[in-house]
Amino acid sequence: MSERVGVYICHCGTNIAGMVDVPELTRWSSEQAHVVIARDYKFMCSSLGQDLVAEDIQKLGLTRVVVAACSPHMHEKTFRGACQRAGLNPFLMEMANIRELNAWATDNHKAATQKAKAQVKGAIERVLHHQPLEPIPVQINSNTLVVGGGIAGITAALELANGGHHVYLVEREPSIGGHMAQWDKTFPTLDCAACILTPRMVEAGQHPNITLLTYSQVEAVEGFLGNFKITVRKKARFVNEELCTGCAICEEKCPKKVMDEVFEAGLGYRKAVYRPFPQAVPKYPVIDEANCTYFINGKCKACQILCPANAIDFQQKDEILQIEVGNVILTTGYEPFDPHRIPQYGYGRLANVFTSVEFERMVNAAGPTAGKIVLRDRITAPKSVVIIHCVGSRDENYNEYCSRVCCMYSLKFAHLVHERLSEAEIYNCYIDIRAAGKRYEEFYHRVMKEGANFIRGKVAEVTDAARTLEEEGKLIVQVYDTLFGMQRRLPVDMVILSVGMEARHDARELGKLFGLGCDFNNFFTERHPKLDPVLTMVEGVFIAGACQGPMAIPETVAQAAAAAARVISFIGQGTVMMEPIKAHINADQCSGCRICNNLCPYSAIVYQADQKVSEVITALCQGCGTCVAACPSAAISGAHFTREQLMSQIEGLLWDVRQQELVPV
Amino acid sequence: MDNTFEPVIIGFLCNWCSYRAADLAGTARLHYAPNMRPIRVMCSGRVEPDMVLKALRFGADGVLIAGCHPGECHYIEGNLKTLRRYTLLKRMLSQFGIEEERVQLVWASASEGNLLAEAVSRMTESLRALGPLRWNDMLISGNGHGAKDVVKKIVAEMATQEAGT
Repeated sequence: MSERVGVYICHCGTNIAGMVDVPELTRWSSEQAHVVIARDYKFMCSSLGQDLVAEDIQKLGLTRVVVAACSPHMHEKTFRGACQRAGLNPFLMEMANIRELNAWATDNHKAATQKAKAQVKGAIERVLHHQPLEPIPVQINSNTLVVGGGIAGITAALELANGGHHVYLVEREPSIGGHMAQWDKTFPTLDCAACILTPRMVEAGQHPNITLLTYSQVEAVEGFLGNFKITVRKKARFVNEELCTGCAICEEKCPKKVMDEVFEAGLGYRKAVYRPFPQAVPKYPVIDEANCTYFINGKCKACQILCPANAIDFQQKDEILQIEVGNVILTTGYEPFDPHRIPQYGYGRLANVFTSVEFERMVNAAGPTAGKIVLRDRITAPKSVVIIHCVGSRDENYNEYCSRVCCMYSLKFAHLVHERLSEAEIYNCYIDIRAAGKRYEEFYHRVMKEGANFIRGKVAEVTDAARTLEEEGKLIVQVYDTLFGMQRRLPVDMVILSVGMEARHDARELGKLFGLGCDFNNFFTERHPKLDPVLTMVEGVFIAGACQGPMAIPETVAQAAAAAARVISFIGQGTVMMEPIKAHINADQCSGCRICNNLCPYSAIVYQADQKVSEVITALCQGCGTCVAACPSAAISGAHFTREQLMSQIEGLLWDVRQQELVPV
Repeated sequence: MDNTFEPVIIGFLCNWCSYRAADLAGTARLHYAPNMRPIRVMCSGRVEPDMVLKALRFGADGVLIAGCHPGECHYIEGNLKTLRRYTLLKRMLSQFGIEEERVQLVWASASEGNLLAEAVSRMTESLRALGPLRWNDMLISGNGHGAKDVVKKIVAEMATQEAGT
């Protein structure tokens, strides 16, 4: 093999040169076998640096290139591009990471230089075995799947649909709208949540480019970027959507009342046949099989008897749909923290301790108390209210992170209580006031002016154990007021717990369907926390909104639009080039043992019974190399990570400790 | 001249988790033992037992295989196959008389730079205490042809040690 290798060592300013002896490394590299030229330069990634490589390729007829610099995750593309422009196949270039994996990770100059030599030698030995490769074109199906019909999903779906592309919007609940549909007013503008949400819900429900699949869930996912095959289960509503007019007589006449744990947060009732809320999209009700009298004991059927359109169908079955899409956007949202986990706050035990979700339903004019702020008895208006910030957040015992929205909605609550109960005494017990958004700080000042009392201290306990006469019959909030420097006991009528945002309890399971990972708080992992918050590690699968991390409506809408824009970019390209890191089975060497068949997580290996050999379906192969490692006949080769390449890299890395070769027998 | 033995470790790092963890350790300027010489693979599942043996034969004192945590593999379950192979490989290596500490499997997610750094430093120190592997000196190979010479060498070494004490 008479390859001509060019070695380029980057100083990266002083990042590398400050620890690795670059002149020595360069000199040493030029002496290595097959190396025709070794150069060093301050910033190899600059256009001048890249030009060095390109010129040498053309003038010196280089056939291989080694760049010793930063991480390939930084600049592999850059140097591949330089090679390609000079006429050398981009895959004939190998990087040695002597910055992140060497210079930055040690303070030992000698060891760093020795290690860098090993890394360069390893790269040289490896690159000699590289083969020219061509990227593989992949067609992008212009359909998109959006999973989750809250404000994030609706926004993403509308952006795509208005762009002329078809979208499947899958939502688990009977109606789209998500958490936002439950709220009353939104901070800091005090827009009515339903007023700004419902027009979009209607638009999404009526858009010709959006196929709404509500009361549905994703069950299985196959395929890859541009070519996903998704199985969706559309649960039986027991209502014929072709016939139902949405008149809601069934709901009105249904004799079975059920506690509504979902939309009304356990504060109100719904019927066994119900729409989650009056503005539900789609308008078709759903029969709750578990609580419907007919399903329990065969009686009643009032809905069916009274339906003027004859739309009730108790025999309806779940529908399984197979859809084909090019990209997926996950907008599955969050769950509120369950304050039962903090027993000292008395939630569930002390009647007048409410969660923020319950309080939102209470102040909502269409809610179970018609917008009146009352205690659990539904009659008495509280004369004093404590709002406890950071419930379940910023707490090592529960969630260490800040949930971002609770300070603002706590201020909103203080405002709403003041608006409706002008004489009420309001206390906000906080750690910090986090008002970092447009017009947020101004809203905070407004609430202060309205007379809310701000106590800086994390509440220790909410109790009904009175110590004085004044405390009898009240809820006592025990808190250390850090600004006054004293313990305080606040006897009040109502306590509101500002609970934090958590990832959905089944987020990991959903992530697994798509091959996604979650972080330790179960939020989906983004490609890069700073620069790429909407793409995941899986090409073609995006995330947006609270499923990525706690956030409010403006951030959610921005992320959803960003994800939609990325998808539109793929669809616009029509064909996308995929990395050619794929496995290939040499049919002549394959013995048909089929060990590889079951190893592939993407089912990309099939057994050809007529020829008695296995074959890799290149389009499905993701290039992990597991089958390559497993083949006992070494019949599978993994492009760009071949056995020869890796073994040679090992030899190169051990150049200075290499023992004598064993004598083969 | 410093006579401290510096172990050489070959580290297989998977592109998605452990390699990014190592990158993160460097970006965060976490200093750890410079004894690990890295090889990037797409998935820890690409690592063949052959490669581990090759590294040990060619002078490495230890091999580190680092992959994503189970359940988080970018290729869904490649790391579980690594775990299976690694378990069998360790059995075989112990039959060769190769110490436990010389081949290690570590899970590190992309955000766990410090975890990986600490694992490398710990492994370096334990290998330093064990001493060099010296595969060629300690193992009989070539279909047993070298057996007599190896045995003679070991007996001579033992004699020197006893004479010393």
